[in-house]
Amino acid sequence: MRSNSFRLANVRPYGVEPVDITVTNGVISNITPVSQETGHPGELPSDDEFWELDGKDHILLPGFVDLHTHLREPGREDAETVLSGSKAAALGGYTAVFAMANTNPVADTAGVVEQVWRLGQNAALVDVHPVGAVTVGLRGEQLAELGAMANSRAKVRVFSDDGHCVSDSVVMRRALEYVKAFDGVIAQHAQEPSLTVGAQMNEGVVSSELGLAGWPAVAEESIIARDVLLAEHVGSCLHVLHVSTRGSVEIIRWAKQRGINVTAEVTPHHLALTDESARGYNPIFKVNPPLRTADDVRALREGLADGTIDTVGTDHAPHPVEDKDCEWAYAAFGMTGLETALSVVVKTMVEPGLLTWADVARVMSVTPARIGRISHEQGRPIAVGEPANLVLVDPDAKRMIDPRAQATASSNTPFVGTELPGKVVATFLRGTPVVFDGVLSATS
Amino acid sequence: MQHLLSTAELSRADAIDILDTAAQMAATQEREIKKLPTLRGRTVVNLFFEDSTRTRISFETAAKRLSADVINFSAKGSSASKGESLKDTALTLNAMGADAVVVRSAASGAAHQLAHSGWLTGSSFYGSDHPGVAILNAGDGTHQHPTQALLDAYTMRRHLVGPDALGQGLDGLKVAIVGDVLHSRVARSNVWLLKTLGADVTLVAPPTLLPVGAETWPAKLSYDLDATLAAKPDAVMMLRVQRERMGGGSSAFLPSAQEYTRLYGLDRKRLEVLPKHGIVLHPGPMNRGLEISAEAADSPQSVIVEQVANGVAVRMAALYLLLAGKE
Ligand SMILES: [Zn+2]
Repeated sequence: MRSNSFRLANVRPYGVEPVDITVTNGVISNITPVSQETGHPGELPSDDEFWELDGKDHILLPGFVDLHTHLREPGREDAETVLSGSKAAALGGYTAVFAMANTNPVADTAGVVEQVWRLGQNAALVDVHPVGAVTVGLRGEQLAELGAMANSRAKVRVFSDDGHCVSDSVVMRRALEYVKAFDGVIAQHAQEPSLTVGAQMNEGVVSSELGLAGWPAVAEESIIARDVLLAEHVGSCLHVLHVSTRGSVEIIRWAKQRGINVTAEVTPHHLALTDESARGYNPIFKVNPPLRTADDVRALREGLADGTIDTVGTDHAPHPVEDKDCEWAYAAFGMTGLETALSVVVKTMVEPGLLTWADVARVMSVTPARIGRISHEQGRPIAVGEPANLVLVDPDAKRMIDPRAQATASSNTPFVGTELPGKVVATFLRGTPVVFDGVLSATS
Repeated sequence: MQHLLSTAELSRADAIDILDTAAQMAATQEREIKKLPTLRGRTVVNLFFEDSTRTRISFETAAKRLSADVINFSAKGSSASKGESLKDTALTLNAMGADAVVVRSAASGAAHQLAHSGWLTGSSFYGSDHPGVAILNAGDGTHQHPTQALLDAYTMRRHLVGPDALGQGLDGLKVAIVGDVLHSRVARSNVWLLKTLGADVTLVAPPTLLPVGAETWPAKLSYDLDATLAAKPDAVMMLRVQRERMGGGSSAFLPSAQEYTRLYGLDRKRLEVLPKHGIVLHPGPMNRGLEISAEAADSPQSVIVEQVANGVAVRMAALYLLLAGKE
């Protein structure tokens, strides 16, 4: 693999004026505007290992941070491993991912989170931060040893029962209170279980025609309303995962105006797809929370644009073919997302003019790093003295999505066969080009 | 017409063609020798993932009267038991050389998937359609049961338009469909077919048994059976209501069976409100005493027994139209 000392010539940080950037030993050491007269000024170290890349006017952003990834290891290595998921993340432009706790065994002890953390260290393609379970076995009854996970080598700060909702009000209250001791955050999968027994897709016009059991928006919204009030009451902070409805956006907007410490996430697929996709009964479109209506999609895009929604999280949820290539009702919920997230954000938010590239950096890197309590090392500004966790993006490239060409071990992308804009050219983890020329670098 | 998956996809011309063909088929069934040579050498597979002896026998009879070879394939498949999957079964059927597959499943969309997923050709993930095999939906979850709606329409046309009403729809007729619309593939199939044929449909149910979204369907919605009957519908279709929907647990849709019968059951008093020419339908099997009283079920206005016979004629027509044209 190439060294972590190099110069990127002619790149545009945050999509603005072109500069030449020099990185020395993984740290940004020089940024010089590209002079129209002299081409590429700046001192070049006379080191053998030093290399140079023409950035071709591409866009340079801080490496992305995904607060919501399912890496499936331990337990479902047939769907994904920490290594295959790390590859997918790097190819997607991520330099840090948070691995959800719904593995087998569940990541509800210091031992399991340290195992996942170590696997991430060994893969060494992105920083892998384990998310700890809120409750033992994700059962929603008894708090897991949150303090032990926080104090482990994995230094867990984000806790979630994702896949399940912490539905019991008093358990949620205690969790929100307890994590204040070590500046933790509860990331809630908002789904009132009694309203979604057997639910298959968004409850509305399409579900009524298709005869698939409906999943009402209120199942999500009622939990979010309760949780923001609980967070206010105990003075803690709440992160709402995969917001999918207009009502949820409105409740979060209200809570923020009230001064409640709440942040919210939207997934790329909820920005792009609607419940109309279910009409062909192809379970590739089956996901939790379900794809909603075009009006909900509009509200999510507006909410992300105006800052009501803080982050884009992939909810990358790999599944083996046999769990998807079957009847809709019997199929697993979930979609892969790491290798398509940026392109979907470009298509749904950047191209329509709802987000600038600086905004993309904010919602995909800076804010998720802050919520994940890793902003000392990720989501940093592109400035001299900062670690070179960077992604170089060709905004004009178009690519056809082909799951067989992806690094994730699973093929359940809903964007199969569609053309999406934007391509990750290179990903730098502390200066090391883990992805170069759009492909994974050979490991040293 | 390549498949028969949903009445929502059926054009008026195709629907009337099926009804007219069913009338011809019914005429042949009055003869002493009922069997026709039309589908000799063709193979029809009845693929039933859900127990339904009535529907299977109806399709089997229809296929045999057209001289097709019939293979009955019953498989228990569910998310819980993970029995033989629809996909694997489809591969087996392809190896057997089926010309038509009649499929019944508890999973909404199963017939659509069989027709469009590429499973019959062994490719996964929605490859190309397989033009060689016609798929007939014999009931998929709570989605559709198109031949049931067609036999209901056939029965209505015979009684309310005329026995020789070839080429005609059900224009202007008033039809009330009463009961558990939420869980009913019969209701969904009927709403779209009756709309296509020009009838005026009212769905009558307690609000908990009408799906959210039904307000966009091509039908009127009512919570009041007596008000609907007072408007003198030409046909009343009573839907089966399963007892597990009533009373008991927190997931129940209704307070009790008794209350349902009081508010939505068709009894003698309500039957008397129907116009003289009005008919009573039920897709069966009936819960006598729950959604329909014995007096209503056995009254001269009831055409429930005839529906069964008409089912064979309509299924003969569907198989004929899907298979006989192709060589
Ligand atoms: Zn979730």
